[in-house]
Amino acid sequence: MTAARRYPARFIVLAVLLVLLLLVVAPLLVVALNAVKSPADYAGNGPLSIPESLHLSGIVDFWNRVDFGRKLLNSFVTSAAVAVLAVVLSVLNAYALGIGRVRGRVWFLVFFLVANLLPQEVLVYPLYYLSKGLHLYDSLFSIVIIFTVIQSAFGTYLLSSVYAEFPTELLDAAEVDGAGRWRTLWRVVVPVSRPTLAVLFTFFFIWTWNEFFLPLVFLISNANQTVPVALGVLQGDRQMDATTTSASALIGILPAMLFFLIFQRTLTRGVTAGAIK
Amino acid sequence: MSRPRQGGRRAGYGVYLIPGVLASLAVIVVPLVMTVGISFTRWPGIGTPDWVGLDNYTRLLHDVNFWASFGHILLLIVAMAVVPTLLGLVLAAVLFDYLAKVFGARWASVFRSGFYLPQVLPVAVTGIVWGWILHPSYGALNRILETIGLSSLTRNWLGDPDYALYSVMAIMIWVQLGYPIVMFMSGLQRIDPELYEAADLDGAGWWQRFRRITVYLIRPEFYVVLVTTTIAALKIFGPIFVLTRGGPSNATLVPSYFAYKNFFEKAQVGYGSAISTVLTVFIVVLAFVFLRLQTRDQEPHR
Repeated sequence: MTAARRYPARFIVLAVLLVLLLLVVAPLLVVALNAVKSPADYAGNGPLSIPESLHLSGIVDFWNRVDFGRKLLNSFVTSAAVAVLAVVLSVLNAYALGIGRVRGRVWFLVFFLVANLLPQEVLVYPLYYLSKGLHLYDSLFSIVIIFTVIQSAFGTYLLSSVYAEFPTELLDAAEVDGAGRWRTLWRVVVPVSRPTLAVLFTFFFIWTWNEFFLPLVFLISNANQTVPVALGVLQGDRQMDATTTSASALIGILPAMLFFLIFQRTLTRGVTAGAIK
Repeated sequence: MSRPRQGGRRAGYGVYLIPGVLASLAVIVVPLVMTVGISFTRWPGIGTPDWVGLDNYTRLLHDVNFWASFGHILLLIVAMAVVPTLLGLVLAAVLFDYLAKVFGARWASVFRSGFYLPQVLPVAVTGIVWGWILHPSYGALNRILETIGLSSLTRNWLGDPDYALYSVMAIMIWVQLGYPIVMFMSGLQRIDPELYEAADLDGAGWWQRFRRITVYLIRPEFYVVLVTTTIAALKIFGPIFVLTRGGPSNATLVPSYFAYKNFFEKAQVGYGSAISTVLTVFIVVLAFVFLRLQTRDQEPHR
């Protein structure tokens, strides 16, 4: 184990890792490279050449053709509404289960865990049928309700185990001060657990943003589609050429990357919070 | 599990469960029961369902497409759960226990973020990215192969029944790899560095430390990753819908897409319900088996 033997080894490890990283990132780089090429440039020079000039009309055309601004707004409104509502619902459930330790709490937890595991296919047709009966079909509202419940099942499960460890002294102090359950919840429990709630909010927002199956079934009219549905449905459209396809892919990648950069710190902390129990 | 607190605290909390329970009843319990009920009927989605007993289930047993879809799932479990977990375990250990120590923690976190990147993309976007790269005529992969003189290797990657499922498997490895890396690295942060130092003093090599310390101590994360990725493989829908729609000639058919087709394309809601009921039973049983294994594994060490 001398330094001489270790020295080249460390760079071999680094090189292998760099090659692997390149393999993972390359598809996204190729997309970005070709999204700003003209079709003639792509046909002539292939996918790996540097663009001859910055050709943004593929992106602009695609944006206008699918009314992408509208889809972004739909996705954003839905994801934000679900994230807020699902955090609130998780808090209420976890308050009863983690801190209140109501009777049968283990069964409630098993129920919420199973609810989170269920494949959406087993819920989809009745939800479709019921929402038509209630005139909620093809509305963002229906998607918000459904995902609030689905996401909060996970939130309840995670938050209950966090609240089970909640410092008893804080609860006792609130009680001595004469705070009722409702006040204790909003004045003590929620502020103290704010970091975990931020993590849940982030998860719910991104998960809802990325959801495909139920929005595909529920949001059929063009004006109601979310970003993944708009892009996923268009994929069947064989009219598109190479540069338009990569332009559409890039448009789909950018918001996701943006959230990744914004939420990165919360997310890495969150994965730790999720991994503990 | 239930560590009793001083009495009295419990009273008055039940009311906080009411909204959650009512909402879950409406969105999860009632639809679940309805689907199971519909699976015993013949129903095109309108009119009154015809009770047919177990007909849909006996039909399933004789349906080659049903068996094929579950066969494909086995390969997808390899691609989405087994390979990423094992590869992720090695990569997380290398990043945490080697790269971070030799080159600094910053490098390790750059690699971690890079590997995690595909995880943040919506599946529909992943589908478009790869659908384009693998496209037979204008796709980037075939163009690159031609340019470097390997024209004989060009294929219709997603359109040839012999290759489509393997192409999907490769894409899913790409998608899934980052998740175990992030989970395992956060698990490794729990480990007391003194353990590694002690092993070093005892003359343990990297491989021994990996086997005896790393693998041993992140078993909780290992189980979580294996369960969640296996269940994700059983549920896979988005990538299949966007990349292949189950084709060519059902070469990439999976249960969830098979159910979707019966619901919304063939108007065979009873049959689709039977498929999704079977899938659900599989997932719930699997989850309980994993949970059992995990608790049994942890008990003697408590």
